Amino acid sequence: MELPPFQALLDAHGHDVHRFLVAGVGRGDADDCYQETMLAALRAYPRLRDAANLRGWLFTIAHRKSIDHARGRRRTPIPAGDDLPEPTVTDPELRDGTVWVAVRSLPPKQRTAVALRFGFDADYGAIAAVLDCSEEAARRSVHEGLKRLRREVER
Amino acid sequence: MTDEFRLPPLADTDPGPLPELGAAAAVAGLLDVAYATEDSPVGELLLAATPHGLVRIAYLEPGGAGVDAVLAELSARVSPRILRAPGRLDPVRRELDEFFAGRRREFEVALDWRLSSGFARRVLRATARIPYGAVSSYKLIAASAGSPRAFRAAGTALGGNPLPIVVPCHRVLHTGGGVGGYAGGIDRKRALLGLERGQG
Repeated sequence: MELPPFQALLDAHGHDVHRFLVAGVGRGDADDCYQETMLAALRAYPRLRDAANLRGWLFTIAHRKSIDHARGRRRTPIPAGDDLPEPTVTDPELRDGTVWVAVRSLPPKQRTAVALRFGFDADYGAIAAVLDCSEEAARRSVHEGLKRLRREVER
Repeated sequence: MTDEFRLPPLADTDPGPLPELGAAAAVAGLLDVAYATEDSPVGELLLAATPHGLVRIAYLEPGGAGVDAVLAELSARVSPRILRAPGRLDPVRRELDEFFAGRRREFEVALDWRLSSGFARRVLRATARIPYGAVSSYKLIAASAGSPRAFRAAGTALGGNPLPIVVPCHRVLHTGGGVGGYAGGIDRKRALLGLERGQG
């Protein structure tokens, strides 16, 4: 299959993936996470079967790396699941970032769903592709995430 | 409803420049092709190297291909694991700078010959042995490559030279002394010949 040069993916989507990771894990850890994401993508790239949604593919890897990253930070292996609270990270550099800092404390699927919906204006189909779930599940993740965020912020 | 709840635009978070990937990818053995673009007295060049050596020099516009076209070719023929990583091309860039300044007569960087094969590769290897400032002919080069009568095929092979300048196809002329063709355009060929005669 004819794949575009990997640099073309970086030029087209690199900044968005990085922004997504800043939203998900904070600026302090986003660079490491970005590098892990892109190296994993580069490793898998030549064997990729479906080049129809390369952007979604990169975001899927970034989503997984942001989960790995949170686990690595805790230094203890934990089971996969959606009901794991993330440690809240404060980031003084994040302008107007109160709500986005709260986004980081959401469970991973909700966090990614909310970040894609409100950070990148992604529709539910695109979110579902990144999370490898149904559109209905993507919609639910956004909804649950927002509900939880509002509780956090109004508290 | 949840819709009342608004998040500020994410763009406001300004994450700064992207982390560089080339070095980490090279260490991990994942950088199959590193490339850079470089200005030269014969126009802008694209330089590309694999872990084995320099694999491609391409003349960019005007008259040559665009970056996208060259990278698409490398992606299809070498590997799609291609990154812009100028640091990986530093040794090549240094030798080219010295060459264009008239301070270098031979290139020492390792070459990756994978973009040529068979007769074409033999033609290019014979061409690589033509000394600085000297010239040869399509006929002689065809003979060196083992097929004295295949001078037209030799011309085609030289026209497809993936490593112009470093594999000096500009030193191959018509037997009668005519300058012949050049994939980068006749003006570039004349400029390179002039440089080697000390008229650079």
